[in-house]
Amino acid sequence: MDRHRRTLSRTATAAVPIAFLALFFAWPLVAILRRSLVVDGRLDVPWGVVTSDLTREVLWFTLWQATVSTALTLAAGLPLAWALSRFRFRGRSVVEAFVLVPFVLPTVVVATAFIALLPDGVERSVWAILLAHVFFNVAVVVRVVGAFWAGLDRRLWDAAATLGASGAQRRLRLTLPLLAPALASAASIVFLFCFTSFGVIVILGGPRYATLETEIYNQAARLFDLRTAAVLGLIQLAAVAATVLVSGRLERRLGGARRGGQEAPRPAGRERIVVGAVVLCSVALLALPLLALVVRSLSVGDGYGFDHFTALAHETPALFVAPWHAVLNSLLFATAAAAIALAVGIPAAVAVAGGRRGLDVLLMLPLGASAAMLGFGFLLAFADPPLDLRSSPWIVPLAQSLVALPFVVRALVPALRAVDIRLREAAAVLGATPGQIRREIELPLLARPLAVAGGLAFAVALGEFGATVFVVRADWPTVPVAIFRFLGRPGEDNVGAAMALCVVLMGLVAAVALVSERVLVRGGPR
Amino acid sequence: MKHHKPVSPASLVTGLAAAAVVGMLAAGCGGGSQPKDVVLVTHDSFAVSKDVKQAFEKDTGLQLRILQGGDANETLNKALLTAGDPQGDVIFGIDDSILSRALDGDLLDEYRSPELSALEPDFSSPDSHVTPIDHGEVCLNVDRGWFASHDVPPPTSLADLALDRYRNLLVVENPATSSPGLAFVLATIATFGDRWETYWRGLRANGVMVVDGWEEAYTQQFSGAAGSPGKRPIVVSYASSPAAEVIFASKKPSTAPTAAVEEGCYRQVEYAGILRGAHNVDGARKLIDFMLSERFQADVPGSMFVYPVRSGVPLPEAFVKYAVVPKDPLQLSPQEIDANRDRWVARWTDIVVR
Repeated sequence: MDRHRRTLSRTATAAVPIAFLALFFAWPLVAILRRSLVVDGRLDVPWGVVTSDLTREVLWFTLWQATVSTALTLAAGLPLAWALSRFRFRGRSVVEAFVLVPFVLPTVVVATAFIALLPDGVERSVWAILLAHVFFNVAVVVRVVGAFWAGLDRRLWDAAATLGASGAQRRLRLTLPLLAPALASAASIVFLFCFTSFGVIVILGGPRYATLETEIYNQAARLFDLRTAAVLGLIQLAAVAATVLVSGRLERRLGGARRGGQEAPRPAGRERIVVGAVVLCSVALLALPLLALVVRSLSVGDGYGFDHFTALAHETPALFVAPWHAVLNSLLFATAAAAIALAVGIPAAVAVAGGRRGLDVLLMLPLGASAAMLGFGFLLAFADPPLDLRSSPWIVPLAQSLVALPFVVRALVPALRAVDIRLREAAAVLGATPGQIRREIELPLLARPLAVAGGLAFAVALGEFGATVFVVRADWPTVPVAIFRFLGRPGEDNVGAAMALCVVLMGLVAAVALVSERVLVRGGPR
Repeated sequence: MKHHKPVSPASLVTGLAAAAVVGMLAAGCGGGSQPKDVVLVTHDSFAVSKDVKQAFEKDTGLQLRILQGGDANETLNKALLTAGDPQGDVIFGIDDSILSRALDGDLLDEYRSPELSALEPDFSSPDSHVTPIDHGEVCLNVDRGWFASHDVPPPTSLADLALDRYRNLLVVENPATSSPGLAFVLATIATFGDRWETYWRGLRANGVMVVDGWEEAYTQQFSGAAGSPGKRPIVVSYASSPAAEVIFASKKPSTAPTAAVEEGCYRQVEYAGILRGAHNVDGARKLIDFMLSERFQADVPGSMFVYPVRSGVPLPEAFVKYAVVPKDPLQLSPQEIDANRDRWVARWTDIVVR
């Protein structure tokens, strides 16, 4: 193939995500930073903020809670990832769909469930924060690691066993190194989520605990001290960039793995007990808070009923539309957001897998930017025609796709890297055109990661709250926004409507995950 | 399965980008010479009945669009950020405790509505940049069932809260992050004067719980709210909250499950103003006039659980029966609040949270 053309097309694939980020991330961020830090045309940074006690305390707490949360999440998620990706059993896809539910529930809702469940001493402590982080992020480990694990060639383990390696040896010297890229990928996403955690800290920690993200919000949105907020925001961005760089380096050093195409076997003998125990325990622990929500959505007065669900059809003063509209809006916005995230994410993943590593860092940055700062930036940057987006409904899926984009890329890159280059070369030698190679070889191999990426993007957009609430119009509420508005009002009917919408959201997410699993993976091209 | 020609990522992107550009242009070209809508920028608690909103739209031929942006404080901060090039035409929800910031920020145009003369005397002569729309009183709320079953009399004053029998029973909002939280601290300052710090030390020793916002305090920590998992029977909320517990109950109870303590309530007045640089100044004036009209004012209790400022507007039955209208609510002047707010909140944080 013409080398010149190849370079050109590679540059073109990288251009799409870069342009997207420049317009919808960098520009608003620069706008708010300029407003905060440029005084009379000169850059004037309050450096004192960097070395203040407040910053040190906040940074320390942010770091350690994120590190511990990530370690706990990996420990909790790996057994389930193993059981779901290495074995075939009845109800597997249901469990896979179910795991995604906690991940997309709005934090307000999960925190409510946790307060109801946790005993008195624990309910407002660091433990509550750590537990909630694990609950939220197990899905990331299961999905990202699981998608990769499922594609690893089983014959390696069989060979190692034949050569006399014990179970522990195989885990330590075979499984762990092979999984390392996916582990680094999942860990860095979980770490970033916990590092920038907001709702969980505010509700379960109370005013005593502050992370960088909550403090930026506090300074910008509440105290309107934009200068302090801007400096803290830059510190957070730098920390996020450093995390991504380190994890990217780890991923590369550890390398990709060969893919095998075998069907997962049914567990046999002792495996049956272990797999069963892992799945049952994980599901039970994840289900407990969700069950608490279902119970609350069904309790009417002193008894039980579906009143809160039927009430969703009627308009209430809390929203400017009937609550079921919010469900439609959510589906609409999430579809658009997933489409944008895939459209930008696929070329981005191709570029990253092809060696554009800087892009990888760039794509993760939106996760690390404070939602409040970015929201303020949107208000400044998109104020005037032709980009008067402030009150356009388009701004919602755009903001959501910014959050979903890193998931798409993260789900695709390890799989793209692992596509055996010799397959492509062999096909080319046999006369296949690049288009044919993409269609006949890469696409089938990538079907599962693509489905995972699309499903994740959709689910993330469905549950997105922090950015959406900043830009959404009152007459176009999404489900999380509607839940938030209902929770902001006194009275049983309002709380009931919020809980009923939570249950609807849970159902939607589970359904989407099931469909992407069934239709896209099983029924996809062979 | 049918084989479609696969869509390449590049063409998908091009299509989407084109769609986005068209969308932006369409949005950007909306501003013709004669605005057809009027945009209200407000906080998350704003609500209006559908028929009332439609009445405004029918009378004026303008579409009313509503942008909600967080709580009152955040809404004001966003407006200050975009002062002169505002997101909308009218801002509503500025209360006394943040009023001076709005006035100092060169945010609003002057307007004196002809309807002002119809307001109750307390409200009829505001600063010329703002128009009062409603008032609400921040009061202690108690869970009547809890106090009945524990055979403890509910508190009747702010001073009572420091008593041993109310240990670990109170949940309040953080004044740094919550508007009723700030109002409650102002109430204690208005009541105890210089001794307010001592009073709060006493509350801390008596196990007061502090949370960030009203939602969490009322719907999650307060035991009296319907469906709440909370365990604390005293909360800082509004005089109207007991009426809400009745109106929104699935089976209407004969008595309200909660009650407001009439002593020590703090009055918050909510104002609206025309944003400087508004696209539709004429529509903005019409909207403010409408918000003072009998129709809107009568809707205010049922929608937002606050009280009308117009005189002679009838209250809904549940309000008459279950909500209290405190006789002499506490109030501090906006000037005094403005001069001291940050210092008070910082002191309070040192005493109660640190």
